[in-house]
Amino acid sequence: MTRTIIAFLGLLVPLAASAQDVPEAAPVTVPVEIRAAPAASGSGPASVLIAGGKVHTLGADGTIEGGDVLISGGKIVAVGRDLVAPEGAQVVNARDRIVTPGLMTSYSQLGITEIELVRETADVETSGKVAEAAFDVADAINPNSTLIPITRIEGITRALVAPLDGPHVFAGQAAIIHLGNGPDLVVKRRAGMFAFLGPVGGNMERYRRPESWAAFREAIAEAREYQAMKAEAGRIGQPRDQRNARIDLEALLPVIAGEEPLVVYADRASDIRQALAFGAAENVKLVILGGTEAWEVAKELADAKVPVLIDPEHNLPQNFGSLGSTLANAKRLDEAGVTVAFSSASEQYAHNARRMGQLAGNAVANGMPYERALAAITKNPAEIWGIADTYGTLEAGKDADVVVWDGDPLETGTAPVAVFIKGERMALESRQSKLRERYRDLSQKNPPFGYR
Amino acid sequence: MAGIKGGDLPPWGAGLAVLAIVVLGLVFSGPGAAPEKEKAAAVAIPADSFPSTYEPLPSRTTVIRNATVLTGTGAQIDDASVLMKDGKIAAVGADIEVPDDAVVIDGEGKFVTPGIIDAHSHLGVYPSPGAAAHSDGNEAIKPVTAEVWAEHSAWPQDPGFARAIAGGVTTLQLLPGSANLIGGRSAIVRNVSSRTVQGMKFPGAGHGLKMACGENPKRVYGQKGGPSTRMGNVAGYRAAFSKAQAYKRKWEKYAADVEKGKEAEPPERDLQLDTLALAIDRKIWIHNHCYRADEMAIMIDVSKEFGYKIAAFHHASEAYKVADLLKANDICAAMWADWWGFKLESYDGIPENIAMVDAAGACAMIHSDSEVGVQRLNQEVGKAMADGRRMGLDIPPARAVAWMTSNPAKALGILDQTGTLEPGKRADVVVWSRDPFSVYAQAEQVYLDGALVYDRDDGALSPRTDFELGQVPGRTNTGGAGQ
Repeated sequence: MTRTIIAFLGLLVPLAASAQDVPEAAPVTVPVEIRAAPAASGSGPASVLIAGGKVHTLGADGTIEGGDVLISGGKIVAVGRDLVAPEGAQVVNARDRIVTPGLMTSYSQLGITEIELVRETADVETSGKVAEAAFDVADAINPNSTLIPITRIEGITRALVAPLDGPHVFAGQAAIIHLGNGPDLVVKRRAGMFAFLGPVGGNMERYRRPESWAAFREAIAEAREYQAMKAEAGRIGQPRDQRNARIDLEALLPVIAGEEPLVVYADRASDIRQALAFGAAENVKLVILGGTEAWEVAKELADAKVPVLIDPEHNLPQNFGSLGSTLANAKRLDEAGVTVAFSSASEQYAHNARRMGQLAGNAVANGMPYERALAAITKNPAEIWGIADTYGTLEAGKDADVVVWDGDPLETGTAPVAVFIKGERMALESRQSKLRERYRDLSQKNPPFGYR
Repeated sequence: MAGIKGGDLPPWGAGLAVLAIVVLGLVFSGPGAAPEKEKAAAVAIPADSFPSTYEPLPSRTTVIRNATVLTGTGAQIDDASVLMKDGKIAAVGADIEVPDDAVVIDGEGKFVTPGIIDAHSHLGVYPSPGAAAHSDGNEAIKPVTAEVWAEHSAWPQDPGFARAIAGGVTTLQLLPGSANLIGGRSAIVRNVSSRTVQGMKFPGAGHGLKMACGENPKRVYGQKGGPSTRMGNVAGYRAAFSKAQAYKRKWEKYAADVEKGKEAEPPERDLQLDTLALAIDRKIWIHNHCYRADEMAIMIDVSKEFGYKIAAFHHASEAYKVADLLKANDICAAMWADWWGFKLESYDGIPENIAMVDAAGACAMIHSDSEVGVQRLNQEVGKAMADGRRMGLDIPPARAVAWMTSNPAKALGILDQTGTLEPGKRADVVVWSRDPFSVYAQAEQVYLDGALVYDRDDGALSPRTDFELGQVPGRTNTGGAGQ
C-alpha cells in the first residue's frame, strides 16, 4: 500500500519538471556529521565507501576523477573527493575503476518470463480475452527468476518491465523493478500504458492503421465518459453500450489524466507524427517506443518534449515501417534535443537486457557523445519513467544503485567488480556462473559432474 | 544433364574418385560434348548443377603498412604490413618488400584481420524487409527436405548483405532454417554485390547440409504426423540416411555393371537422396543445429552409424559441457557470445561457452544467426574473449580472432582459400580503426579478393541494394553498407 501511494505521488510529477526536482548535488567536501557518522546500525545495510574511482555522476557534478561515493542506509549520502569512511564502513577500492549508476533498460520482460517458449513461464502478453489495458505486469513479477541475478551481475540494476504486443491495441501496463534481492522488486506500478497501433514487425494479422486508431480513440473517449460518470455521486458501473470493459477503462484513467505515460509503438515517421498529434490533442504524456524513423521527426519530438525509446543497433529496413532505419538515429535525436533511452529491440528483450552497455557503446561509435549515451541507460530513463527522485544519477539522497566497473562500462570486455542495489552489495553469482564452475574442468574424475 | 560419356570411374567410389567423376560430369555434360568411347560410361550425379560464376572484382596491388596484424593463425605481428597482389595475400610481416606500383594504406594505430566468416546466416533466405513474401528459409512441409537448396531461396538484394560488409564479413554460409530434421543444402557465398546468387557462390566450396536437433522439428511436426519427440527425431534422421544408403548401393551396382560392360539403366534420380548420398560420401558436410550436450553426443553416434561428417554443431549452447567430445571427434561448435534462455534447450547457455570450448582444444567459433548480429561479430568475440579471461583462461586477441576467421573457414572446408592472412590465400582483409574487439571499432576498409569493396570514408564505395534505391525522396545516406 505504501508503495502504491509513493508511486502515485511520483506520477503527479510532470516529466519536464522532474529533472529539476531531484535533490541538489552533494558538495565535494563531506559535512563533518557524515565524516563522524557511526556505521549504520539496525536493519539497514552498513555504510560503504567506494573510494578513488572515476565517478560518472550523470548529475551536476559531471565526472569526478578520483571520486568517492558514500553509501549508508541504502542511500547515497555523499559523492565527491576525499570523503572519509565512517567508522566500521566497508571500503571498496575503486582506483583505476569506473563508477556509474546502475544501468537501466527501458523495455524488457525481466521478472515476467523465464523461458519464452515455455508458455507457463512467460506472462508477457495478454490473450485479450480478459484484460487489455488492465493487463498489469506488476501482478506477475517473480523475484526468483534466474534472469534477475544473471542481468544484475552485468551492472543492470533497474528495468522497465513491459508487456509485449497482444492481439489488440492495448498491451497493458508496465512496472519499474529493481534487480536486487526480493521478495518485492516493484519500485513503481503503472509506469506506462503500452499501445501498439497498426502493423507491427510485419505481423499482418494486426489491424490496419485506421482501424486500430479508431479503436484507440474510442477507448480514450469511453474512458473519459467513464471518468465523468464515476465522478457523479452515487453512480456505479459504466455507461451502457461501451465497447471496452470497465477494468480496461479503469486502467486508462491515469493515462487520460496525463499522469501515466502512454507508450505508443511507432517506427514509421508518419505514425510518429500521428501519435504526436493525438498526444497534443488529448493532453496525454506520450512516449514513443521503436522510433526507427524518429530522426526524421526529431524537431517535432523535441518541441513536444516526447521521449523516444530506441535500439541504437537498428539499421535495417526490417519492415516497410522502418525503411529509414539508421545507426545515426541516436545521435540525430540527441542533437535535436530529444530525450532518448535505450532498450534492445533486435534480439532478446529479457534474457539479454544485460547488453545495455554494448547498445550505448554502439551509439557512441556512431556519433553520440559518451556522457549522453550513458545517460540514455541511466538518467534519461529515470526521468522518462518518473523515478528520477530515487534513481538515475550518483547524487546524495538517491537510492544507492552503484556499479564499480573494471573498465569502460560501454566496452565489450568490461564487467562489474561490485554491484550495489539500494545499498546492498550483490554477490556476483548466478545460475550461469554455477554452470561455468561445474564444467570448468571436464576431466572424468570423481566426483561426477552432478556432485560438483 | 547428369550424363557423361567417357571416363571409367564408379560414381560412388571413395575419395577423389567421386570428385573426379563429378568434375568430369560437369565438363562433359555441356553442349557439344560428343559420346565417342566404345565402352558406355556411367552416368554420375552432379554435385552442383548451379555452378559458381563468381569472379573477383578488379583489384590493385595494395599494401597496408604499420598496422597491428592478427593473422588468424594465432599470431599477432606489430608494426606489420600486409601486401595484396593479384587478389591474393602476397606477403605479411614487419619487413616486406613493397612493389613500386602498390597503393599504400597507412595503418598507423589500426588493426588488420582476415575477413570475417559467418558460418550461420539466413541473409537472403529470410531477407529484410521481413514480409511473408520473403520468408523462404524453411520448407516446412515435411521433416526431411534434403532436396531443397538455400541458394534457390537466397535473394541477392537483401540489404543485410550490404550491412554485413560494413561489419567486415566477407564470406557467409546461408542456411535453411531449423524447422526440419534435415532442412536442405546451404550455400557458401562471397559477400559481393551480385545480380545472381551464382555470382556470389564461393568457387569450389560446395555445400553444407542443415540438420536440426531437439525442439524445433518436434514443435513443427508434432501435430502434423511427427516427429513429436526427440526419439522420433532420431528415428527420422536414421530412416532418411538408411534410404540414402540403399540409394547409394543402387548407383554403385549400376556403376559396377557399366564397368563390367553390361547394359545398364541408371537409377532414377531422387533429389533428396542425392544430397544424403553425397553426405554419406562426406562430400557434403553436416551443419547441425543442436543446443544440448546429450543430443550432440547422440548425433555424433548417428553420424558414425552412417558415415557422414558433422562439420559443426550450431548454437551449441551446451558445447562447454562436452568440449572434450567435440575435440575427440574433430567437430566445431558455432556459438553466440551471450544468447540464452529463449527456449528450454538454450537455458544452460553461458557467456564463457566459446572460451571454454576453445580452451578444451576444440574448434570454437562465433556465429550470428541474425541480420543484426552479423554486423558485430567482432564485438561478440570481444565479449566472449573477456568472459574467458575473467575465468582465468589465457586468450590473447591473436587467438580469439580465429573464432571469426580461421575456425569458421575450417568448418566450411575453405581454410585453404581464406580465413587467415597467409601468402597465396584470397586477399579477404579488414582494416579496423582500432582493436577490433572494442565496441568503438569500425571496419574502415574491407577487401574481397584484394578488391576494395567497402570504404567507410567513401560513400561511393559502399554497396546499395536495388530494394533501397529511391525509397524515400530527399533522404541522404540511405541504404549504404554503413547505414
